Amino acid sequence: MTEGRPLPASRGCRDAPVLKERGQREVFCGLTGIVWLHRKMPDAFFLVVGSRTCAHLLQAAAGVMIFAEPRFGTAILEEKDLAGMADAHEELDREVARLLSRRPDIRRLFLVGSCPSEVIRLDLARAAERLSRRHAPHVAVVNFSGSGIETTFTEGEDACLAAMVPGLPPAEGRELLLVGALPDVVEDQALRLLSGLGIGPVRVLPARRADGAPGVGPQTVYALTQPFLGATAAALDRRGARRIAAPFPFGEEGTTLWLRAIAAEFGVSDETFARVTDAPRARARKAVAAAAATLRGRSVFFLPDSQLEIPLARFLVRECGMEAVEVGSPYIHADLAGPDLDLLPAGPVISEGQDVDRQLDRVRAARPDLTVCGLGLANPLEAEGLTTKWAIELVFTPIHLYDQAGDLAQLFARPLRRRNLLRLEAAE
Amino acid sequence: MKLTVWTYEGPPHVGAMRVATGMEGLHFVLHAPQGDTYADLLFTMIERRDRRPPVTYTTFQARDLGGDTANLFRTACREAWERFRPEALIVGASCTAELIQDDPGGLAESMGLPVPVVALELPSYQRKENFGTDETFLRLVRALARPAARTPQVTANLIGPTALGFRHRDDVAEVTRLLAEMGIAVNVVAPLGARPCDIARLGAAHLNVLMYPEHGEAAARWMERELGQPYTKTVPIGVGATRAFLAEVSQLTGLPVRADTSRLRLPWWSRSVDSTYLTGKRVFVFGDGTHAMAAARVARDEIGFEVVGLGCYNREMARPVRALAKEFGLEALITDDYLEVEAAIERLAPELVLGTQMERHTAKRLGIPCAVISAPVHVQDFPARYAPQMGWEGANVLFDTFVHPLVMGLEEHLLHMFREDFEFHDAAGPSHHGARAPRSAAVGGPPPDAGASADAPRNPPAGRDAGAGVVWLPAAETELRKVPFFVRGKARRNTEAYAAERGIAEIGVETLYEAKAHYAR
Repeated sequence: MTEGRPLPASRGCRDAPVLKERGQREVFCGLTGIVWLHRKMPDAFFLVVGSRTCAHLLQAAAGVMIFAEPRFGTAILEEKDLAGMADAHEELDREVARLLSRRPDIRRLFLVGSCPSEVIRLDLARAAERLSRRHAPHVAVVNFSGSGIETTFTEGEDACLAAMVPGLPPAEGRELLLVGALPDVVEDQALRLLSGLGIGPVRVLPARRADGAPGVGPQTVYALTQPFLGATAAALDRRGARRIAAPFPFGEEGTTLWLRAIAAEFGVSDETFARVTDAPRARARKAVAAAAATLRGRSVFFLPDSQLEIPLARFLVRECGMEAVEVGSPYIHADLAGPDLDLLPAGPVISEGQDVDRQLDRVRAARPDLTVCGLGLANPLEAEGLTTKWAIELVFTPIHLYDQAGDLAQLFARPLRRRNLLRLEAAE
Repeated sequence: MKLTVWTYEGPPHVGAMRVATGMEGLHFVLHAPQGDTYADLLFTMIERRDRRPPVTYTTFQARDLGGDTANLFRTACREAWERFRPEALIVGASCTAELIQDDPGGLAESMGLPVPVVALELPSYQRKENFGTDETFLRLVRALARPAARTPQVTANLIGPTALGFRHRDDVAEVTRLLAEMGIAVNVVAPLGARPCDIARLGAAHLNVLMYPEHGEAAARWMERELGQPYTKTVPIGVGATRAFLAEVSQLTGLPVRADTSRLRLPWWSRSVDSTYLTGKRVFVFGDGTHAMAAARVARDEIGFEVVGLGCYNREMARPVRALAKEFGLEALITDDYLEVEAAIERLAPELVLGTQMERHTAKRLGIPCAVISAPVHVQDFPARYAPQMGWEGANVLFDTFVHPLVMGLEEHLLHMFREDFEFHDAAGPSHHGARAPRSAAVGGPPPDAGASADAPRNPPAGRDAGAGVVWLPAAETELRKVPFFVRGKARRNTEAYAAERGIAEIGVETLYEAKAHYAR
């Protein structure tokens, strides 16, 4: 084995009591995942069946609007759709037919449920079956819910991927499946590393193109690249696939442990592992060190956002020398988060769910050096003199694996460096 | 059901948030699922507000639906009152909560809170954001405003500015100054900056200045009827409109018009010779009704552009926009579908687009200069500097805003003179927009097909629209490319129309110049 940092005494934060909170949540709903999922799947269209609020959310969350032929949209429910259900299905069929005739490049259509469509019990599963039959074989129609009453932010991706699993073809051979929508540049790095280790065939969910869908079967082993994919993992387990448990591949240590768990599964020798990973590990350490100088000894408070909080806290504490005050997550999958919790030294409050006003009281009491929070809270906290990092950037930016470890550390260091840089106060 | 990608307006509860966030001492309890909190970032990020919007979201989940969402609302309401101690509460439902019919208004009233509770009806499946601002403000005014003795001095209320408003902050300052010059003080500005106790004393003003009909007309009408306050109908955007506004204020108050126009520069900037090149430039105008109409008038009457398209996305303003369009010899485009607006821009091929952030994106894609004149806008349209739309300074700002995207007068002149010179080739773009110059400029010589790409990047270069069956001969196509790019679209269209009218099937160099002579101004 290669050298590593010592494991914390006992089991880190694995057995720490979890502060469970219920109240107002300052988080996005699952529809937001469409913003990156549609980039990942260039032959897919995401059709939200919802309200003007859904359309407005997507527009606001996308920030600068990605304007060239957008591949997502909202079928906005109107008064007359709410009156009679049969009517809503007909309307949906009409809108889908119009959309597909205008966009022959669309091979996958996701009907995405929203809060209103769930509340009026619009059966999108039935609609997806019907539309799949009608538009087969050119277009496959799948449904999932990104509604705020059921999903928090990244759980939308989880629901999307989980919905794709039953439709994956069966596979007999022993294959590695990477699960999670990574930016192409990161996905390619992962494939290069695994190929260097002699591991293959490696398939990816979601596939970039409809015809590249991976198979799944009892010989499939899979590795999650994101910690929020609990439902997808359960769906894969139901297909007989087996999960490789590991910390998530953030930072040098996380990436090494993640790769090592996969390497162990495929019987890769220590020599091969060292040959393939030594150089990128050294690069990653060097890049992290540059930012760690800013971060070392500083305290960090995570408000719940994407479920990336636990692995990222582990990275910041163990590789950047930060001190975690509270690590909030919208939801904690005990199994998936376990390996990262093991590594996270005891100390921080681990919280699940949110009552935003109470949590902000704790932030104000702790006055952390860095608060990781959503866009709605960042400027108000800055105005109170707290330094913040927008959590959403952690989802939109490539941060996984060795060659992004430095970028990841820089994302947290930049707000602190900026604060030191500015000279805005009046002269004494 | 209607497929929508981008929307000009949010849902009505976002309008209610704009009123609540603009005010002080007011709290909004919104019955809503998790995720609707996205709206907070409109205020904290786009407008850079330093405080969270005063909104409590009940955050109900699927598992609550069978149970007691009403109780969740009561708890949220009580906790919001205890934590924030507002002077008044507004309560309402977002689109999802509207479906579960918990009646937030009734629930809140039954709680016996010690402050006024104003219930909002926000029909999410019928109406939109501007209805939400107008309706919320009306409800607040109806609930809180009382008849009051008029102030001894002549005073006015400024009605309509909200949070997330396009230049509302600066318009308030400018209008306050205009009124001050006539000896009129401001009684209350609302909703922006007002407290519920300020709403209560609206009735003390002698008149209401309705700055934004989109957000305050219902309240202004109510106050006219119930409090006997007249309100102004002219929105002072542009020199002419500002003069008309002052005349209207004078008529309503009996005070003489007094205006300090020493800071007004638009008229001279427009008359100065550099502006000659602005003459007859074809502009397309789209936005909310108020801003679109104002921009169209300024464009035509104060800058000398030709308005070739005019429209608005808020149907509430369809009637006056249609009337103005008719006066301009146009048919108004009333739609909330940005694709229809895009199609109109593409068809009309204007030289300048005055629109919202949607049109900014569209124009960028079509390679047409654009200035933003109306909400919805993005973060760059909330400038740090003072940049009103209204009053004298507003007129100065409009001149700069409309002219900035274009090539400067002297520069256009140089392009005419040296159009074969590598430094002045068409695709170089205005010299004050550095990022636009393509790299090919550096290697020298005009790019071989710069023309075709600059005038219609998304279309085949010849034979479209008017030119069905009309073919451009290569020599004419080459000659057309020598025409500066900013008039080339017009030259192409005119020539094709000229050829089509006369049944000419092939456009040669002669046809091009005959058409030029025909359309010469």
